[in-house]
Formats: sequence, structure tokens, C-alpha cells
Amino acid sequence: MTLELVSILDKDGKAQKGKDPNLSAEQLKKLYRLMVATRQLDDRGLALQRQGRIGFYLQSTGQEASHLGAAFALADSDWLFPAYRQPGILLLREIPLQKVVSEWFGNSGDTSKGRQMPVHYSFREANFVSISSPIGTQLTQAAGAGMAAKIRGDDTVFMTFCGDGGTSSNDFHTGLNFAAVYKAPVVFICENNGWAISVPSGKQTASESMAIKAEAYGMPGVRVDGNDILAVYRVCKEAVERARRGEGPTLVETVTYRIASHSSSDDAARYRDAKEFEAWKKKDPIARFQQYLKHKKLWNEAFETECVEGAKAEIAAAVKAAEALPNPGPETLFDDVYMNLTPQLKEQRQQLHDLMEKGGVGAEVGFFPL
Amino acid sequence: MTATQAKTGEATPGTKVMTLLEAITDAMRTEMRNDDRVVVFGEDVGKKGGVFGTTMGLQDEFGEQRCFDTPLSECGIIGAGVGMAVYGMRPITEIQFLDFIYPAFDQIVSEAAKMRYRSGGEYTCPMVIRSPYGGGIRGGHYHSQSSEAYFCHTPGLKVVIPSTPADAKGLLISAIRDEDPVMFLEPKALYRHAKGEVPLGEHVVPIGKARIAREGTDVTLLCYGAMVPVCEQAAKEAEAMGRSVEIVDLRTLVPLDEATVLESVKKTGRCVVVYEAPKTCGYGAELSALIAEKCIEYLEGPIVRVAGFDTPFPYTLEHLYMPDGKRVLAGIEKTFVW
Repeated sequence: MTLELVSILDKDGKAQKGKDPNLSAEQLKKLYRLMVATRQLDDRGLALQRQGRIGFYLQSTGQEASHLGAAFALADSDWLFPAYRQPGILLLREIPLQKVVSEWFGNSGDTSKGRQMPVHYSFREANFVSISSPIGTQLTQAAGAGMAAKIRGDDTVFMTFCGDGGTSSNDFHTGLNFAAVYKAPVVFICENNGWAISVPSGKQTASESMAIKAEAYGMPGVRVDGNDILAVYRVCKEAVERARRGEGPTLVETVTYRIASHSSSDDAARYRDAKEFEAWKKKDPIARFQQYLKHKKLWNEAFETECVEGAKAEIAAAVKAAEALPNPGPETLFDDVYMNLTPQLKEQRQQLHDLMEKGGVGAEVGFFPL
Repeated sequence: MTATQAKTGEATPGTKVMTLLEAITDAMRTEMRNDDRVVVFGEDVGKKGGVFGTTMGLQDEFGEQRCFDTPLSECGIIGAGVGMAVYGMRPITEIQFLDFIYPAFDQIVSEAAKMRYRSGGEYTCPMVIRSPYGGGIRGGHYHSQSSEAYFCHTPGLKVVIPSTPADAKGLLISAIRDEDPVMFLEPKALYRHAKGEVPLGEHVVPIGKARIAREGTDVTLLCYGAMVPVCEQAAKEAEAMGRSVEIVDLRTLVPLDEATVLESVKKTGRCVVVYEAPKTCGYGAELSALIAEKCIEYLEGPIVRVAGFDTPFPYTLEHLYMPDGKRVLAGIEKTFVW
């Protein structure tokens, strides 16, 4: 049994007959703008890390269609349990850029109060649940949240992401199993970008695909061209509607490629074949969608300039404003461990305070790039 | 309870004599009636009512939506609980034996414990993780461990261990109402052995407050859970030998009621820390360090730990592994003669 790879756009950006989801011109232009802005945000994030202004960065270059197409299928009230390579969703859900960039700096403008490494976002206002580094944990949580919504009779749908490496985690099995057993309204997106740091996806599994695994859990599995935003959108839209109708979860594998290294601390050239990389670079999801818009006469140079320069200017302004913000105050170190400070935390806070008053402690604040 | 009542089995009005196990069920029933966000799930908790019977009758009263069996996966039980709590429910998750909790360790220490902190307080995880712990039932390695120290070492978790039926009910209700994740560890050896009056309906015992289980002047025993009756037995024997023993039942390990602990040790000048987990790096090690750090000048003898041995939990020789009254007595003597 082999799952066909669902696609809509051919390599020249032409939609196959009868498959075009027929999004409005406004929606199409919005999606393009978001893809371009996401790429710009990524470039800027890496540049800031290289300049030593932020400690770490993790790019999503090449995966814009995969995560934006998926999240575009949701209603605003739906929830996301993301992994760490879906920054476009923050733009889609209109999180102010300064808040996004403040997270990189870990400063007082960061919703997480500087508690996590760059790109581990949390945005309650967008139902975007706090990201953690351990792989796959969010999958089971999304299943649980879906179970909760079902118990309460809410019509919320939960979308959760992992990579190809994530399919090997305990929580992939557990999350899919729980969601399927309870028919929870969850859409699992596996962004198969070919690589889990230096390990190719072929070493994660002996299955012929990630999507085929759905069969064993008793849910539909769909394999879609992850660099084809219309195909990803269409497949995910069906999965979201299915979940909302109470018919249970779906596993969607978006077949894409991690164009960048794993993170700012990694150099993919050390383990990756240049030919493979070059071949995938030619399948750039933004260029492909641009071709489609061109055919529909929705794209021209002026629009491109507006998208690119507009994003650049907004990001630059956000970086400037975020970089000027101070760090979170030392007293915040002890907040949010629990709702209220325990006697022990109060005492430790006082000890740190007293040492800082005397001088010396905390004077030298540095960081090591990972 | 008066002597007559104890004889006839009659309880003080407004209370009922329950086992610790029944008190736990009563706590869940009370809160499920109070708050429809409260749900209970785990392995065999539905129709069967739990392998020990702590969830008996809950599915009948509240239906399969609010008390249900899960697939056999601790990681799934806790991970789903985290997702539910983040979404606004009040899940009570049951891990059948604490010995089986390790597949869920990641979800507990990396997710539940850190959700509030890592999201800057945007997302919280008000859930209860209930699990029977400890020896005394001839359960061998995998039905007997006391691994509370792992969880006490994780900021963001509260750790509660009751020793009486009334405390079990009151503390569990507090745990369910708490805004943070609470590990509620149940001394399985006392499930049916501990009996006492439990207030009916609303009954709250605050988290973070220890209980003086016995007053004394010569030596303090610090203990919790199933070690409380062991210490009470030892205290009686010590009394006969002329030693006046005070017992502090910690009730909450995190956050610890330091004030009560220190006050007692300062008063008596001697201290024995009793726990059934392996001795090295057990919770008693923390208590010992705390006393050394904060009231060493009051001590008239060494701080003594009476604990399980640094071995895996044995089956046939369980009675030699578990601290008993005699070992606690020997520990008490060490604080006088060293």
C-alpha cells in the first residue's frame, strides 16, 4: 500500500485542473505576503545571531508553505500545539512583531519573560501554546486538549506539529493513539523536512512514509507536497473540517526540505549531500507560489517589492524597538514557578537580592552561543 | 471520636469513619460534584473503579465522560492531562503504581512542571497526578517504590503525601483546587489500615502545612505517609524508656513547612528523619541539610536518617528493607549516644 503524494501546483506553478481550492485573490495575496515575511523574519533572525546580538536561532526556510498552508485552514479560535519551525503562524495570527523579536532577545517585552531560548514562543492571545524543546511532547497534549474540548462540547480544533524525527518519539505513538481512541478533534502535521539535525528521515523509520503510520492508529493519513501551499491548505482544510464534524483526527505528512541547517549551531554541509540540497532549493515553495500568482495575474514586481520591503521595514523597526528593551528584572527569576511564591522561593529571592545589593553578583551577564 | 463512639463505630456528627482509601474517593466525588471541570482518568479507573478501588462508583455517578479508562500508557495519561489542564479543565490523573510513572517523567518534569514558568504565566497546568507509592504489600520492585525525591527535585511541582484519612481528603481537595500541578502520593500500605473520622462534604487541609502528630520534648521524628504510624509505634516504645518523642507529619514535601520543622527541632535539640525510599539523596537528605543549615546550634546530637537501603526494593526480604519501629528506636538512641 503506497500513499500517493497529493499536489496541486506543478513545478511551474500551474494548478492541476479541478484541484484548485479557489481561494480569493485577497486570500492568495495574503498567503504570499506571509510566506515572504516569514522568510524575511528568518533571514533577520539568523543575521542577528551571527552578529552576536541574540544567542541562538532556528530557521524554517523552505517550510513556509508547509506550516502556513496548514494553519491557514484553521479558524482563529482553533488552538495550536506547535513544534519549533512554524514561525509564519505568528504572523498569520497577527502577533505584533516586536513581541516575536523580543522573545529572541529574551527581554522584558518577551511574553515568556526571557525564560526560554530564542524561538520557543508562547502566545496566549493567539491560542499558540508554549513551545518546549523535548521532541513530540506537544502531540499528546494536543490529544488531551482535544479530548477536553469534546467533553465540554466545544467545537475547537487542535493542530499540532512535529518533524520527521518526531515520529520516532514516544509521544508520536501516544498522541496519535489517544486522539484516535477518543476521536479527538486533532490534526497532526508531520513536517517531513528530510533531516533531524544530521540524521536523514530514512533512518527514523522503515515505513515507506510517515503518513502511512496513521493506518495503524485507525485514522486517515495523507501525504502532501509540503512545498505546494495550495495542496497543503486543501488537505488540511479537509482534516480540520473532519475534526470539527466529530469524525476524529488525521495525520498529514508534508513532504518538504530543511533548506537551512538545523539551527545557528549546526552546519549541514558537514553531513548533507550538496546535490540533494541544490535540487530542493529549486523547489522553493515561495517561487512556486509566485508563479501561480503570476498566472492568475496577482503578482507583479511592484507587489513583490511591497511584500519584501514592507516586511523588511517592519522587522527592522521591531528589532530596533525590541533591542532597546531592558532585560526582565532579577526578581522575575522567581515568579511563575508556582502561582504564588513559596516560602523557599521568597527566601532565595531575598538572598539573591541581598548579594546583589552588596555588589558583584550578577554584574557580569554573558551568554554562550549553543 | 469518643471512646464509646470508637467502640460502637459511631462517628461524630458531620463526620464518618473512613479508611484512607475511602477518604480519597470521597474527595474526588466531592470535587466532581462541585466543579464540572474535574475529570478522572487512568488505567482501570472506570468500570473496575481502580486496582485498589479508589475510583469506585465515580463512573456510575458522573458518567464515562468524566471518569474513564485510558490506553495503557503513562506518558499518554499525563500528556493528555497536561493538554486538558492547559485548555482549562481540572484533570485528576491516576498512575496505577508510582513504579510505573517513569514513561511519563518527561511530561511531568519537562511539561507540567514548567508550563507556567516557560510561558511567562500565560499557560498553566492545574492538574493532579495521583499515585499509590511505597512498600508493605509484598509488591516487589515494581509495586513498592517511593520515588518522591525525583519530583521534589523539580521546581514547578508540589508534592503531597497524606497519612490519615481526614488529611487524605482535605489535601486531595486542596490539590484539585490548586492552580499548579500537584503530585498526590498515596501510601498504599495505609489504604485500608488507616481509619479515622473524616468530615463529610467540604473539607480542606491546606498544602504546605505540617502536622504535629505527637507532642514531645526530647527528640523530633520527621516523617510522612506510611512512616507516620511506624514512628508512632516507635514513639510509644521510646516513651516507655523515658524518651519524650515529638512527631512531625510533613503532609507536604514541596513546599515544605519549614517553620514547623525547625521549631520542633529547636525545641527538642534532636532529630531523626524517617523515610522508606533509598537512603542516598532521598527527601530525608534534604531535611537533614536544612536542619544543619538553619538550626545546627540547637542540636545536641547528630541528625540521623532511618531509611530504606540503597538497594532495589526486595520481595522476600521486604521486612528487612522497610524501616520499622525497631530501626526508628535505634535511630532515636543514636541521637542520644554517638
